[in-house]
Amino acid sequence: MDEAATTRIPGEDPDELISRGRYRKLLLKVVLSVSAVAVLPLLTMSTIAWHQFHQAFRSESTRPMERFVDAGKQSLESFLSERLTALARVTQETPFEELRDSRRLDSLLAGMKLEFGGFVDLGLIDEDGVQVAYAGEYGLAGRSYRDQPWYREVTARGSTVSDVFLGYRNLPHIVLAIQQEYPNGHSAVLRTTIDTDVFHFLVRERAGRRPGQESVCLRCHSLAVQPFGDAFIVNDTGLLQTPSRLYGEALERAPLPSLPADNDPTGLFDATDERGVSVVVAYARIARSPFTLVLVNPRETMQAAWQPLGRELVVFPAISALLILAVIIVGGVYVVRQARETDRRRAALYHKMEYTNKLAAIGRLGAGVAHEINNPLSIITQKAGLLNDLLTMSDELPPREKMLELIDSVLRSAERCGGITHRLLGFAKHMDVQREKINLDVLLREVLGFLEKEASYRSIRIDFAHADDPPPIVSDRGQLQQVFLNIINNAFAAVEDGGRIEIGIARAGADAVAVSIADNGIGIPESQLEQIFDPFFTTKKGAGTGLGLSITWGIVQKLGGQIGVRSTVGEGTCFTVTLPLGEPGQVL
Amino acid sequence: MEPVRVLIVDDEHELVSALEERLALRGFVTRGVTDGAAALECLRTTTFDVVLADVKMPGIGGLDLARTINAERPDVPVVLLTGASSPQDAASGSTLGAFDYLVKPVKIDDLARVLCAAARREQP
Repeated sequence: MDEAATTRIPGEDPDELISRGRYRKLLLKVVLSVSAVAVLPLLTMSTIAWHQFHQAFRSESTRPMERFVDAGKQSLESFLSERLTALARVTQETPFEELRDSRRLDSLLAGMKLEFGGFVDLGLIDEDGVQVAYAGEYGLAGRSYRDQPWYREVTARGSTVSDVFLGYRNLPHIVLAIQQEYPNGHSAVLRTTIDTDVFHFLVRERAGRRPGQESVCLRCHSLAVQPFGDAFIVNDTGLLQTPSRLYGEALERAPLPSLPADNDPTGLFDATDERGVSVVVAYARIARSPFTLVLVNPRETMQAAWQPLGRELVVFPAISALLILAVIIVGGVYVVRQARETDRRRAALYHKMEYTNKLAAIGRLGAGVAHEINNPLSIITQKAGLLNDLLTMSDELPPREKMLELIDSVLRSAERCGGITHRLLGFAKHMDVQREKINLDVLLREVLGFLEKEASYRSIRIDFAHADDPPPIVSDRGQLQQVFLNIINNAFAAVEDGGRIEIGIARAGADAVAVSIADNGIGIPESQLEQIFDPFFTTKKGAGTGLGLSITWGIVQKLGGQIGVRSTVGEGTCFTVTLPLGEPGQVL
Repeated sequence: MEPVRVLIVDDEHELVSALEERLALRGFVTRGVTDGAAALECLRTTTFDVVLADVKMPGIGGLDLARTINAERPDVPVVLLTGASSPQDAASGSTLGAFDYLVKPVKIDDLARVLCAAARREQP
C-alpha cells in the first residue's frame, strides 16, 4: 500500500526562536552542562585528594602518640614487674621470723632502695591484717589493714598493685603486696609502698625511655606530646593517679569520656573534654595493675601543621573552578549570542521568504486576474464600440431601449472588473499579522474566487461543502489566505484537466476546526511525504521554489495549528489544516 | 464581392452579441455560439469562411477547437482571441493551424481586417 501519512507538530516558530527567554534557558543549559563536565571532576578529585591527605596526615600525627603510650606502657609494666619480683624474692628467701624483725626489714628496704629505687617503706602483715613489723619513716607498726581493698585483693589473688590512695599517712601512694604461705601453715603479706613522685616522674619525665630505644622525652616537645598536650595515669574508675597539667591533681576525676570498654591494651580515639576542647586521646592499659597511661593532645594543635596544606588543597581547586566557571559563562554568553544572531537572521530570512512567497502568489494571481479581467474589458470595449457604431454609422438615433441595454451591459462589465480588482487588493493588503474574527467559509470562497475561472477552463470540479456553519475563528486573514491558496494551487497542479478537488470544514474537538483539501491528482510517494514541508523541496522541476509548503507549515504553526497530509500515489492527496478557535485578544 | 461569413465562438455571451452586431454593421455575415461543441456542430451544418474563437473557454478551448477544425475542415481558417500576448500563445496557435491571433480587448477595425485576410487566405 503506497499510502502514508505525516503530521507536523508545532515546534520551532521563527518568532519564538529569537525570544529572549529561550536564550536565557539555552545559556543556563550550556553553563550547567559544561560546568558539570568540567568542574565536577575537578571538585571530586580535589575532595578525594583532600580526604586522603587528611587521613595520611592524621595517621602521621597520631603514630608518635601510639608509640609514646606503647613505650610508656612497657616502661611502667617493667617498673612494676621488677618491684613485684623483688618483693617476691624477699618473701621467698627471708624466713618469717627474720621478717618480723624490724631491723632486718630496715636492712632489706635499704637493699631494695639501693638495687631498684622507688621504695618508700616495707611492712609485714600477719593473718589478722595487722602490720606486725615495719621499716620506714611513717611509724605504721601495729596498724590494721584488714579492711583495706588492696589487702582483700592480695589475700585473694596472692599479689596486688593498688590504686593511688592516701592511707594512714595521708599522702598519695601505691602499695605493692605479696602473700607468702609458710610450711607451718601460716601466711603473711609483705607490702611495700612506691613513691608516687617516682611514678609521676616515670610518666612525665622518663616515660618510654628504655635502653636502646628512641627517647620520648616530654620536655623536648616531641611529636608525641604537642604543646598544650598532657600525659597522665588514670585508674579503672577514671581517677587521676598522677597530677595532670590540664585536668588537676592526683585522685581527682579526669574530665574525659570513659575509655573504650574493649580489651585492647592500647587505642586511640577522638573526644571532647569538659572544657569543650576537641582532643585526640591515646591510651595504654598497664598489665596486672588498675592503671591506664593516657596521652591527650588538642586536635587544633595537632592540625596546625596540616592547615596550610589543607588550605592549599581547598583554595587552589576553588580558584581553578571559579576560573573555569568564568570562562564557561563568558564563552556560553558569546556562543548563545552568536546563536541568537544566527537565529535572528534566519527569522528575518524566513519573513522575507514568506513575503516573497506571498508576492509570488500575487504575481501568479495577477496573471490569472489580467486574463480574467480582459473578458469584461472586451465586453465594455465592444458594447461601447457598438453604441458608437450605431450613433456614427446611421443618421438615426438607435432606439432608447437598445442604448440603455448597451449602457447597462457596460456598467455590469465595469462592476465585474471592479469585483476582480477588489478581490486581488483584498488579498494583497493582508501582509502584516493582525488578528480578527474570520468565517472560514467566506475566506475559502474568496480564495476559490481566484481559481474558479481556471477550474472552469480546465473542467476541474470543486466540491466545497460542509454540514453546518463553521464556527468563527480568531486568526490572521492574510496568512490564512496564503495557506489555503498555496495548498489549493498545489491541488490544481496535481490534478489533470477534468479532475476533482474536495474542500471540507469540520469541528476538530471542542476548541479547533479542521479544513481538509483533497484532490484526485497524481499523489505523493511515501518517500517524499516527510520532505514536502522542508524548505527548497519541490517536485515541480524548474517551476517551483520549494518554499510554498515550507512557508505554509511555518504559518500554520505560528497560528497555533497543525498541518497533516495523507497521500496515495495515483489516487490523490489530502491536506488537513487544523486551526484553534482562538480567543479575541490572544497574541499571535 | 461576397460577404465574409464569420463564426464567433466565446463563452462570454455579451461579447459574442456585440461582436456579431459590430461585424454585421461592417458587412460580415456573423453567427455566434458560446462553446466549442456548438461551434463544431455549426461548422458541420453551415459554411463559414472564417472562425473567430476565444482561447480560454470551458469544455473545448480555442486551441483544441483550432486543432479539430484544422483536421476536419482544413479549408476554414481560425483566428484566435486571447487574453495574453505571450509568444507561447502565438506559437502554439500557429502550430495548431490558427491563421492568426488577436489580443483582447481588440479594436474592431483590426479584427475586421484580420478576418478578411483570413477569409482570403492572405497571410497577415
